[in-house]
Amino acid sequence: MSAPAVGGGRWASLWGLALVPLLLLGAVLAYLVATGGGLKTLQGPPVEQVKVGRVTLPERGVIQVQVINDGPQAVTIPQVMVDDAFWSFTARPAGAIPRLGTATLTIPYPWVEGEAHNVALLTSLGTVFEAEIPVATLTPQPGRDLFVRFGLVGLYVGVVPVLLGMLWFPWMRRLSAPAMNFILALTVGLLVYLAVGTYLDAQAFAAALPAFWQGTPAVLLIALLTLGVLLALGGKRKPEDAPLGLSYRIATGIGLHNLGEGLAIGAAFALGEAALGTFLILGFTLHNITEGVGIVAPVVRHRPRLTQFALLALIAGGPAILGTWLGGFAFNPVLATVFLAVGVGAIVQVVWEVSRLVARNTAALGAPLVGWSTLGGFTVGVALMYFTAFFVKF
Amino acid sequence: MSWWRSLLSRRDVLRVGAGGAAALAGSAALGQGGTHPAGHTGTAPVSPVPSTTAHAGHGNNLMVGAVNHKRNGFDPMAMLTDWDWGKVSTLPNGQTLREYTMIAQDKEIEIAPGIFFPAWTYNGRVPGPTLRCTEGDRLRITFINATIHAHTIHFHGVHSAEMDGVPGAGPGEIQPGGRFVYEFDAEPFGCHLYHCHATSLKRHIHKGMYGAFIVDPKEGRPPAREFVMVQNAFDTNFDGANEIYAVNTVGFEFARRPIPVQKGELIRIYLINILEFDLINSFHLHANFFNYYDTGTTLEPTSRIVDTIMQAQGQRGILEFKYKFTGNFMFHPHISEFTELGWMGSFQVVEPDAYPAALKAAGVDAGWDQRSRQGAAGGRS
Repeated sequence: MSAPAVGGGRWASLWGLALVPLLLLGAVLAYLVATGGGLKTLQGPPVEQVKVGRVTLPERGVIQVQVINDGPQAVTIPQVMVDDAFWSFTARPAGAIPRLGTATLTIPYPWVEGEAHNVALLTSLGTVFEAEIPVATLTPQPGRDLFVRFGLVGLYVGVVPVLLGMLWFPWMRRLSAPAMNFILALTVGLLVYLAVGTYLDAQAFAAALPAFWQGTPAVLLIALLTLGVLLALGGKRKPEDAPLGLSYRIATGIGLHNLGEGLAIGAAFALGEAALGTFLILGFTLHNITEGVGIVAPVVRHRPRLTQFALLALIAGGPAILGTWLGGFAFNPVLATVFLAVGVGAIVQVVWEVSRLVARNTAALGAPLVGWSTLGGFTVGVALMYFTAFFVKF
Repeated sequence: MSWWRSLLSRRDVLRVGAGGAAALAGSAALGQGGTHPAGHTGTAPVSPVPSTTAHAGHGNNLMVGAVNHKRNGFDPMAMLTDWDWGKVSTLPNGQTLREYTMIAQDKEIEIAPGIFFPAWTYNGRVPGPTLRCTEGDRLRITFINATIHAHTIHFHGVHSAEMDGVPGAGPGEIQPGGRFVYEFDAEPFGCHLYHCHATSLKRHIHKGMYGAFIVDPKEGRPPAREFVMVQNAFDTNFDGANEIYAVNTVGFEFARRPIPVQKGELIRIYLINILEFDLINSFHLHANFFNYYDTGTTLEPTSRIVDTIMQAQGQRGILEFKYKFTGNFMFHPHISEFTELGWMGSFQVVEPDAYPAALKAAGVDAGWDQRSRQGAAGGRS
């Protein structure tokens, strides 16, 4: 890289100075690679670390295991056990798995529908890495029938309850200013509940990632970055200026949360661990109906067109459909973690905006910001989410 | 618990398996979604058939590949018949003296195809040399410790306290670089063993410091084709449970290479169990029954016409049987778990005229055949 002679000598010297440390760094690295830097005596025993990725059962009598090497050096897996029995297998690609590399192992094992199996990988040093198949069932293959059914699940869990919640809009329009402020405080409570839940879900996904992704800090950092970007985009905007925009932002945050919900449901199906009964659908509808209230709360003093409502419901609920498809057919924990972390940031940003709206309204009403009315609304919002979740947690 | 179990517990599932654990985890890179195993359109489904001897084994319950015995410096098949008679001379009182040298060495050995274990060994092999003598012989075993840990040799037999090879008796533990001469008369006759008795005992045993110690009766035993089988196992990840089970160290070795024997001949197995961490081991012979001499200390069988026996750690015995039919016959412990984890093999029973070919197929020579029959003759070779 040579500096173009556009800015003349000063430009060149500026960039030349910037390159000096890089050149020296290159020299140091070359020295270390060539000589080991005199640290030979500090070399410990080899460290093997692999992450067992997705385990799938693509057909009767076949188990497939994805392995990611997230250790410091290459790993070889010469033998595989299934249920405490050495078993034949093929690996793609064959041979040692380089650092950060992956391999897919195909094992011709007669697994039993509805029963549990254990897969253990033996490395050349005899270290054992295990994976469980909690309930063996054929991994769903993308097909029209299943695609439609998964989509329906997402619809029931995401879009329908949000739409139902929005049906309170005409009632909310008749509420007095203090009562409406109570509803907005309730929205804050609901969003805080979702922010906490989404953060914990993101961390749960992050914990399963190969080490090099640094999932745990990444969730926090992505959430903070998202929050920062959204605040910067907002600039000097006041929440009361464009209430519809606020509604859209709330819908987006909730949508990212519902994506996570869909992912978990889809993944549970794919692993044969979930049966979505009517009772569960009811529970989700009940649990997510409050989301619809929160989305339309900022626009009660306006008259959005019906298409806006449809679009808001789609933004908030649609990701549940997408999540169910992804979780069931093509789960990617890295993307799942990133989406959920972005969701945390987005939800926190709307918590900030709605809180400012509540603050303005309470000031106009001459009430303290944290009074019985606002605190009550907040508490009811959290409590509604918390107690309706009893129907969907087992 | 995995993410997934915790996620489900915060979600809605009607049924959660007892051992829910990670089944979904990281893709190698962003944008690389979960793989679709079903997508083998146009290509035949993968059916892994490793290149093993097709006539042996247990369906797909096998280990992939083969062990490099040359690099190991020992071959389980050769170990079946390599009796160590020692350096033989006669003492002034007319007693036979057998002198052995046993060197403790650390060595990484391949115990299953591609799996390496940091073993502690006698003479660089696991199990150690098969010491063989006749009752009443004088044994002089020079033990040299060429490792960085203290070791001993503890022989099962009758001897004085200072020759017992345990801490606090005689020289106690032999320190690194140290040496000691264990000397005693071989008694009683039987199928015995020796092992390291330094502390911590479990580790010194399961890391490979053991071997067969056969004392023949003065009157000898009827001519037979003899093998020594030391049932052992390896805890490769040091979690107090074995991952790989075997006889003579290498998992599934005799499934990959069946042991050649002739129809109708008497076969005698010196069977020893040195299994650590598991309470019992066992031996089951397919399509046949045998007579069993518990500990080998009798000339008459202690159990007749049985096809399965069990042994706790340190127990051993002698099996005698003949095959009525030719063919491939499995032997394994009637403990399915151990069988599937490598302790499984078979005999290739052939007509006498087909024997040279069977030897060749097993990768052994006439010397192996000769050694397998010389034991009953008292080692006069």
